[in-house]
Amino acid sequence: MGKKITLTIDDRQITASAGEKLLWVALENEIYIPHLCAIKEETRPAASCRLCFVEVEGLSRPVTACTQAVYEGMVVKTRSPRVDRLVKTAFELLLSDHRLECNKCPKNRACELQKIAKERKLKLRLTRLQPLEKEVTVDDSMGSFIFDPSLCVLCGRCVWVDQQEVKVGAIGFSRRGLQRKVTTIGDIPLAESPCTGCGRCVEVCPVGALSFTNQAKPEGVAVNS
Amino acid sequence: MKIATAAEHYAGMKAKAEQKINSLQEKTLIRVGAATCGLAAGAQKVKDTFVEEIKHKGLDAEIIEVGCMGHCYAEPMAIISKPGFPALCYGHMDEGLAKLLVEEFLGNDDPCYEYALVALEPNDIFPTFSDFPRDAYEKKIILEHCGFIDPEDIDHYLAREGYASLVKTLQMKPEEIISAMVDSGLRGRGGAGFPVGKKWTICRNTPSEIKYIICNADEGDPGAFMDRSVLESNPHQVIEGMLICAYAVGATKGYIYVRNEYPLAVQRVKTAIEQARKKGLLGSAILDSTFSFDLEVFEGSGAFVCGEESALINSMEGKMGVPQARPPYMAVSGFWGRPTVLNNVKTFAYVTAIIKKGAGWFREIGTEATPGTAVFTLVGKVANTGLVEVPMGTTLRQLVFDIGEGIPNDKEFKAVQIGGPSGGCLPEETLDIPIDFDSLEKAGAIMGSGGLVVLDEDDCMVAIARYFLEFTQQESCGKCTFCRLGTKHMLDILTRITQGKGSLADLDILQELAEDIKMGSLCNLGKTAPNPILTTLRYFRDEYEAHILEGRCPARMCKDLILYYIVPEKCTKLCNVCVGSCPVEAIYTREDGLKAIDQEKCVKCDNCLKTCPPEHNAVIKLSPPVLPEE
Ligand SMILES: Cc1cc2nc3c(=O)[nH]c(=O)nc-3n(C[C@H](O)[C@H](O)[C@H](O)COP(=O)(O)O)c2cc1C
Ligand code: SF4
Ligand code: SF4
Repeated sequence: MGKKITLTIDDRQITASAGEKLLWVALENEIYIPHLCAIKEETRPAASCRLCFVEVEGLSRPVTACTQAVYEGMVVKTRSPRVDRLVKTAFELLLSDHRLECNKCPKNRACELQKIAKERKLKLRLTRLQPLEKEVTVDDSMGSFIFDPSLCVLCGRCVWVDQQEVKVGAIGFSRRGLQRKVTTIGDIPLAESPCTGCGRCVEVCPVGALSFTNQAKPEGVAVNS
Repeated sequence: MKIATAAEHYAGMKAKAEQKINSLQEKTLIRVGAATCGLAAGAQKVKDTFVEEIKHKGLDAEIIEVGCMGHCYAEPMAIISKPGFPALCYGHMDEGLAKLLVEEFLGNDDPCYEYALVALEPNDIFPTFSDFPRDAYEKKIILEHCGFIDPEDIDHYLAREGYASLVKTLQMKPEEIISAMVDSGLRGRGGAGFPVGKKWTICRNTPSEIKYIICNADEGDPGAFMDRSVLESNPHQVIEGMLICAYAVGATKGYIYVRNEYPLAVQRVKTAIEQARKKGLLGSAILDSTFSFDLEVFEGSGAFVCGEESALINSMEGKMGVPQARPPYMAVSGFWGRPTVLNNVKTFAYVTAIIKKGAGWFREIGTEATPGTAVFTLVGKVANTGLVEVPMGTTLRQLVFDIGEGIPNDKEFKAVQIGGPSGGCLPEETLDIPIDFDSLEKAGAIMGSGGLVVLDEDDCMVAIARYFLEFTQQESCGKCTFCRLGTKHMLDILTRITQGKGSLADLDILQELAEDIKMGSLCNLGKTAPNPILTTLRYFRDEYEAHILEGRCPARMCKDLILYYIVPEKCTKLCNVCVGSCPVEAIYTREDGLKAIDQEKCVKCDNCLKTCPPEHNAVIKLSPPVLPEE
């Protein structure tokens, strides 16, 4: 990393450091690319939400911007029929597993899903798919915040801050396939886990899955936007 | 100086092994096929009977266990080599036959030809494998010794020039080995067909004090068993390939990742490693050279997805077995962040053969884009099931109809499902394409693990697609959106169609989802999971439409779309066997004495259809499930 390079994103010339990931270069230059799971500090991106597809000249298929390093002379298009189609499907898939009750949601109007829908003119409802049923238990044991898995999009941001930033290790991913979820070790309530209640996970959650309870919302914590 | 020592060292070792094997041949030698296929068919009892009977009769004969010869349909198998007779192979062995052979052949010099399957060497009396129609197509590189040598005794391998490739390797420069791999055109046999020379070059060129070699023997595909079979039947060929790789890329430590549901393979590989170590073929200063490399078995207990290379390495590091985005590639940053070469069992086995016989020899076999052979497990509606090794470029028709000898019971061929659960279903009109990685992918299937399931007229293509998708959906690690959620939606749609509740719009959604999941998933599990759907939509759309528009399952397989019916004209008063076969007492006697089925009670178990005697054949399945007027 380090060497300055020039690349083109959507016909705009942009200067960046070689090796930086395209997603962050674009976002820092105010070019929006949908994303949920990306964490700038992570050197090995999860690349799991599959929303940040772009076209890179010379590559036969769309690639995820969070894993793609920038290089001199790179030519990027953030939109194409193929990209739009992938994003549309990935987005609808996520919605099919997300309880869609925006008006009741603590993150209403500050939610990343709503932002993606707005930016890419996508519908905030299912057009082709049936909603997937899932049984979840809401964890309100902490008092200051609650975790409602029916809203979780499995982006892993909360897990990352818990494990890599505050280094508590209270939560992680468990199970496979459709059962994959964010949980404590042994599936115990957060209050019984090593959780310190710092609230960082709530701040990074892009949706309403982790939300501060109104009465206990710590002073000065801005809702993530 | 050192080099001469390695060759000399080896020559002595080999001479001793040859002597031992020759002395085995002076008396009667019985080889019992005891790979998992043989054991499942009862090989242990056969072997025990041989042992007992020989002891009982006071005869002098040696009995050893060997691996799989690839004729799994005829297991248990045994080869008897008696001085003065051609070595004869007997199939479908049981205790009675073992007893008879000891008495008649060993005791009285009557080889009981009526029970013999084939002779192993040319002779005037009895046919050999080369007289079998499938021999014309088969070409054995990695299965060459399988079923003929004792996998638990390294001397058998040594006597057949085993580890000669290692000695040759030690006399070459690492770069020369890599060039040989590049020149050979060898492509990885774990499914994706990545060029081996390229992978090794990257690893060699990545500077690191520590590098690793991993052999992927996870083999999680249901129904695939060739990697297991190779490890059970000839583990040293794989170990030798790994040694060659380690020398070429500069690695000192290797692992064989075997799933722990393969206890026999685990045990035989461990034995082989132990024996190789004792002979100085593994460990430090191999054959007194400056090259050191050691090997360990890692018993994987992970899910299917743990066979994916990045998930495999995660699971070896004690993390969750989920795939990771590439780059970095494993050859740059793999196990514990070190450059790692990860290849399939068969890939390493080819390496040994290529070093022995040369890159040019290998290139002569197979197709331009994919030199060498392919190993398939031939299963399903085909007369001869088993393991086959054929040159790339062989056609599916040759595999199914010449080697497999066609569809049993006079049924009509419908499709081959090729490449494991993520493979595709290819119809009659594709049977003449010469198979290799690229041609299969073009047709919508994959080489995958080499699973080849033959399907006939009784197989419903919608149900088959659903069956394979159900597997991949359940095995999805759940990390990425397309695979976790997309496969579930596809499965739900397919389930609806097989229940007659689908719509034509569902087919469009299915097609779109399948294409997007293929394009958008993180790893190859998701990228290939839609193949069964895409190919059945492409080649068998009429079957989907029959389910949706007519409520009819053309293969009469989907339970919700069929009913069982007893044809009065064919039924007779004098018989009632179906009555007893029905588990829910749904069959009753009509006033005229014939039988009929109470549709309310019937659970569609198929028992009555199976038990109705062939001379009547009165039970039929009807689809759509509408009773005829009587
Ligand atoms: C879901 C999944 C399962 C896999 N399972 C296996 C396996 O059991 N054995 C194997 O050799 N490769 C398997 N692979 C392929 C490996 O990721 C990898 O490509 C291969 O081991 C590399 O070896 P090769 O180059 O010799 O083929 C699997 C891939 C995927 C996506
Ligand atoms: S709770 Fe929020 S931050 Fe954590 S994985 Fe779910 S959506 Fe992401
Ligand atoms: S269905 Fe077959 S078995 Fe049953 S009564 Fe009729 S003829 Fe006999």
